[in-house]
Amino acid sequence: MIHFKGLQAGYHGRAVTPVVNGALMKGSMTALVGANGTGKSTLLKTIAGLLPPISGCCELQMPRKALGWLPQRSELETRFPLTAYELVAMGCWPRCGWFGGINRTLRREIDAALDAVHMREFADAQPSTLSGGQLQRVLFARLMLQRSQLWLLDEPFNGIDTQTVTLLMSILEQQQQAGTTLLVVLHDRPLVTRYFRDVLSLDVAGAADTPPLRRVAS
Amino acid sequence: MTLIQPFIEFGFMRRALVACVALAISATPLGVFLSLRRMSLVGDALSHAVLPGAAIGYLVSGLSLVAMGIGGLIAGLAVALLSGAVSRYTHLKEDASFSGFYLGSLALGVTLVSLRGSSVDLLHVLFGSLLAVDNAAIVLVGGIAAFTLLLLAVIFRPLVIDAFDPDFLRAQGKWSAPVVHGLFLMLVVLNLVAGFQVLGTLMSVGLMMLPATSARFWSRHLACMLGIAMLLAVVSALIGLMLSWHFSLPAGPAVVLSAAVLFLISVLTGPCGGLLRRR
Repeated sequence: MIHFKGLQAGYHGRAVTPVVNGALMKGSMTALVGANGTGKSTLLKTIAGLLPPISGCCELQMPRKALGWLPQRSELETRFPLTAYELVAMGCWPRCGWFGGINRTLRREIDAALDAVHMREFADAQPSTLSGGQLQRVLFARLMLQRSQLWLLDEPFNGIDTQTVTLLMSILEQQQQAGTTLLVVLHDRPLVTRYFRDVLSLDVAGAADTPPLRRVAS
Repeated sequence: MTLIQPFIEFGFMRRALVACVALAISATPLGVFLSLRRMSLVGDALSHAVLPGAAIGYLVSGLSLVAMGIGGLIAGLAVALLSGAVSRYTHLKEDASFSGFYLGSLALGVTLVSLRGSSVDLLHVLFGSLLAVDNAAIVLVGGIAAFTLLLLAVIFRPLVIDAFDPDFLRAQGKWSAPVVHGLFLMLVVLNLVAGFQVLGTLMSVGLMMLPATSARFWSRHLACMLGIAMLLAVVSALIGLMLSWHFSLPAGPAVVLSAAVLFLISVLTGPCGGLLRRR
């Protein structure tokens, strides 16, 4: 699904990550880990096309439209006057574009996505009034609506209650079974060992890894 | 009755009112988006950026609306593009690069105007001449207002998405986000050009931003916010023109001052976070 060819990510012409080679298979679920400052989020942004690569490249075997991106909360303008329902409806963008109407089928899908993350009763709430966990659930509902083949999640479980983590993890597992490829930036080692079979570690070789972490990167 | 008497009696008051209402309806929605995107000062910066272009138009063909309008449009767009490029390719944030360019533009514009003109002309460019709006100016302002509303309707959906989550559109495709952002900034410049014919470069931002920021104290919903902002702008135009007639105040500043008073009232008593409504 993603082929890394000597990819190095960074800002303003300066590389932050080590050189990444290898590939992520279709339908795999991979944790992207590494110490602070190893450029996990930077690498994810580069894969998403939000940053130009410093060197090398990564090839996505799918159209850009089928890419699902989960931003960090700080990247969102949460005070924008918008309801949770409208936020989820943004997920119709790949199918509706600039002018397409949101018909009854899509509306039913939006309701179903809100149900799946247990946020139906908050459909009229605005992002600024939601807690971190609630907002993350709504963002997951938006991702579900996008019907992406590849989900790139930037620290989805940062500062979020365990109940929500369990719920969102189960959604990730369902998505994987449905054939979606997942790449998740994570800090929480126990979570990685518990749920993730594949690990892409950005720590330089020789750093102390716990045994179950399998290296994909060099 | 005496309040609206001047509008019935005098053509120039009617024209001033029509121009202000057109401006109020088209510029304030842009102001709402600017304020929601924390870009309020960008409007201010762009209004100053219009000045050197307008001044060159003035040097070339005197007080001609078309020449000054086109000059202003080009200068405003150039500053918007340059600032965007600088903040994209350097470590400077957008507000910093905008302020760098607009301060230079303002100085250049004032210098250019005073090269040939008298201080009366300079005052006209800076503060407009609301009561000297002629039919050509009305057609221009009205045309820009209609175009703005149409284009805003076209880009409304991606504009909202881009304002809430800037990376969403950029991850979905290369073009939507920059196209929407560019069109939006172009509309802002266009409305500032329309506004400076009527209210002058310094005052036109007032009618764009003040009702927009006031509206945030009256509703938490985007559609209501847009409607309320337009209404507040129209009301301030009406009140301002009446004040200017009855107390012989300069018309442009009177309109913006009315908008400022409405802003203060909104900050104090608005149901959504107004200071006096808090417990």
